[in-house]
Amino acid sequence: MGTEMGQKRHSASLANKVFIQRDYSEGTTCKFQTKFPSELESRIERTLFEDTVKTLNNYYAEAEKIGGQSYLEGCLACATAYLIFLCVETRYEKVLKKIAKYIQEQNEKIYAPRGLLITDPIERGMRVIEISIYEDRGSSGSSSGSSSVSGSTAR
Amino acid sequence: MHLGVSESMRECEYSQISTRSSTPMETPYKKRTPKKRKWESFQGRNKFYCDGRIMMAKQTGVFYLTLVLILVTCGLFFTFDCPFLALELTPVIPVIGGVLFMFVLGTLLRTSFSDPGVLPRATPDEAADLERQIDVANGSTGYKPPPRTKEVVINGQTVKLKYCFTCKIFRPPRASHCSLCDNCVERFDHHCPWVGNCVGRRNYRFFYMFILSLSFLTIFIFAFVITHIILSSNRNGFLSALKDSPASVLEVVVCFFSVWSIVGLSGFHTYLISSNQTTNEDIKGSWSSKRGKDNYNPYSHGNIFTNCCAALCGPLPPSLIDRRGFIQSDTPQLAPPTNGITMYGATQSQQSHMCDQDQCIQSTKFVLQAAATPLLQQQSSEPVILTTSPENGGTLTGRTSLTLGGPCTSLPLGQPTPPTSTPSLSCHEATDMLPIHGHSLAHNHSHPLQEPVAHHHFLTPEEVPSPPGMLPCGSPLGHSHTMQAGFYNPASQDSLHEDSVRGLVKLSSV
Repeated sequence: MGTEMGQKRHSASLANKVFIQRDYSEGTTCKFQTKFPSELESRIERTLFEDTVKTLNNYYAEAEKIGGQSYLEGCLACATAYLIFLCVETRYEKVLKKIAKYIQEQNEKIYAPRGLLITDPIERGMRVIEISIYEDRGSSGSSSGSSSVSGSTAR
Repeated sequence: MHLGVSESMRECEYSQISTRSSTPMETPYKKRTPKKRKWESFQGRNKFYCDGRIMMAKQTGVFYLTLVLILVTCGLFFTFDCPFLALELTPVIPVIGGVLFMFVLGTLLRTSFSDPGVLPRATPDEAADLERQIDVANGSTGYKPPPRTKEVVINGQTVKLKYCFTCKIFRPPRASHCSLCDNCVERFDHHCPWVGNCVGRRNYRFFYMFILSLSFLTIFIFAFVITHIILSSNRNGFLSALKDSPASVLEVVVCFFSVWSIVGLSGFHTYLISSNQTTNEDIKGSWSSKRGKDNYNPYSHGNIFTNCCAALCGPLPPSLIDRRGFIQSDTPQLAPPTNGITMYGATQSQQSHMCDQDQCIQSTKFVLQAAATPLLQQQSSEPVILTTSPENGGTLTGRTSLTLGGPCTSLPLGQPTPPTSTPSLSCHEATDMLPIHGHSLAHNHSHPLQEPVAHHHFLTPEEVPSPPGMLPCGSPLGHSHTMQAGFYNPASQDSLHEDSVRGLVKLSSV
């Protein structure tokens, strides 16, 4: 019931979501597990996935790095009573923008052609990297996740 | 029956589905409902002002007291003591006083108004995924799941991560759930009623600077008021000096009593910062050497200087809750799940002011239906109860009793969360309708309901999304967990009941 809609369309439907959890082995810094989830085995190469996660981890490490530049930023901000952030972005925010761009790029080039979609972790409270797996409706009458059992067609 | 090309299909009613009752929900026009911001559907017990820019705890009385004390004392100081001191000693005194005062006020407001580092609650998909993993790990057959913890090794120390039943996440290390604000907060230090907010990762440095500068200010005022009185009494005598500036007496009293606690607190927090601990950890003695000789703080950077710099000058992470963002539908969701359409179409309510209310009504139906229908009572006795972690302050009504139209504060349906943690209880609109935290209940039901449901795109009530293009408002697969306060209109109960029977039959038939 209702699948007849989907069957007419060449649209993908959401089949499943995989969640890459945080890796806390180095403390509270933001880092995601690079373990390859089994649901993606048939969809994408392991190396590509690991590359994506490692790059994201590097970006986050860069954002949270404590060193000369962050101290300078902190002291300057304190000296100006944090008003400086009305004009200038924090380093963290700049890196987050880079991350968003990177994820979009990865989605376009690598993940979308394989029927996958990465959601930016910031939209999930930095808890998980959510990877949505899409099934092509046209290819299978009832895809694994979301279509109903009755594949009745109304023509 | 051919419906035409795909674009027009989005706009047509799904009228050929016989089970669907046609409702204005499916009319092709776009509903021009105002876009809501995410803070309006925030699930914690926080208050928001200035359209989401300001975020505070629910109880702010003591914060106003703090503000009044500071303003009055400083006001009196500048009015009565500073003229004398500026003339007698140096005009630098009021200047320094002024700078200190501005700094104190600035840091206080910053501490009170900013997001302490609240962790947004898990989306239904995430929660389901975690549940599945936990079940697989436990292999438990009994209904009551064991306490959920995960162990992780951080820099050589084993740390236990606890599962938060309210937020449905495994708390990151150093995070804790504030029962007053009903949020998990990163690097939770404590909930400070004096600033009217939690103190956590994002506002700890402001809090520290506030108490430090307040100590200086208090000592400053105390010292100079005493100086004023002494100089004055050298000229005119002690009693007439007191009579000349009675405000000074008040200031001395206030400062005298404050200085002990504030200076003490500053000293305590200086110690905490230098050892990179939170108040929470210190009180529990998590890293105390008394626990074992191998017990050490894995988060410490090694030396005091680095710890201080990291705490005070480290990078400031952005807010994770995005309070001023707009609630929007998730665009990748191209085809709605069919069961969802059916059940969504069965929604009866017409007059929802905002689209999300329909989803809430839908979820309400699920909730009612699920609780009432014998279908779901095949499993163990209390299908809707999860064990409550004690730290969630479990004032939990464990009974699945359907008391519709009951008072807002009593959640009739068993929830893993305390009744007061429903979003609508802290909501701004006055409502006499029953708020139901539908999603968590539906989540519970995915447990007893068989696996197919859980895998089946996790068909919780919030996942009854609008068919794309039908209604522009929030599909529940949106970016943030946008479970609106569920409002239930008792008047439409019967038809809702009928519809939900239909809906659930379909659901369980999957």
